[in-house]
Amino acid sequence: MKVKVTVMLKTGVLDPQGEAVRHALGAMGFDGVEGVRQGKLIELDLAEGTTEADVTAMCEKLLANTVIESYAIEM
Amino acid sequence: MKAAVLVFPGSNCDRDLAIAFRAAGFETAMVWHKETELPADVDLVGVPGGFSYGDYLRCGAIAARSPIAAALKAHADRGGFVFAPCNGFQILTEAGMLPGALLRNAGLKYICRTVGLRVEETESAFTSRYDRGQVIDVPIAHHEGNYTADDETIARLNGENLVAFRYVATPNGATDGIAGVLSPNRRVLGMMPHPERAADPLHGGTDGAALFAGVAAALVSA
Repeated sequence: MKVKVTVMLKTGVLDPQGEAVRHALGAMGFDGVEGVRQGKLIELDLAEGTTEADVTAMCEKLLANTVIESYAIEM
Repeated sequence: MKAAVLVFPGSNCDRDLAIAFRAAGFETAMVWHKETELPADVDLVGVPGGFSYGDYLRCGAIAARSPIAAALKAHADRGGFVFAPCNGFQILTEAGMLPGALLRNAGLKYICRTVGLRVEETESAFTSRYDRGQVIDVPIAHHEGNYTADDETIARLNGENLVAFRYVATPNGATDGIAGVLSPNRRVLGMMPHPERAADPLHGGTDGAALFAGVAAALVSA
């Protein structure tokens, strides 16, 4: 069973990498890029029967740092 | 007086830290991350700088969940001293032992140079040998030293005088220029700068040596 976890910096936490990408896109001539946020996508290959609660625990305990990051689980 | 320095795959300031501990009078053991116990009667544990686990996932994230981490937390809970520079600070925030988190530097560059630090709080063993407001020169060498925490946490750290050091000129975007943070019992110190790299005349400066001497003095008088 493939599960995708998307980890993003929380809204309000400055994302200097996303800002750098936004600047680069502007410099390349792509107008109208008003914001870029960069995060990570983690793919888990899980045994059948693994519950969403299990994945939530994985996110809370390791995959995301909830001080600065939010996460979304796609089962 | 006994000290231990934790060693993770990718630690690279572990020996520097051990040298500084020994110079301050600590009998110092190196402890591999797969150990589950610290040596008996350890007074001070160092969590060194470096790139533990190659900074995979997030800086310090894997080290904070390594086998030795539970023993480190138990040591701090018992009121033991913990000193954690650079990656060590990142590890302690990831372990929940200190509040906040360290983000990528605001300028996106790795910064390696000596900076001025203002001693903000002298009510701790680590800072007892400095004067409040004194400026000391200590090297930094990091890519993720941009300290952040929610407004409530920042207000609490400022209000309870748990900010040990602030940058004179913030190089990395850290909130309120915070360079080092103490635990509420003031026995755990995490900081991005490296006092162990300013502890011997050959380093080019010795402003960091008083930090280690301060912990040693607190243990002798205890």
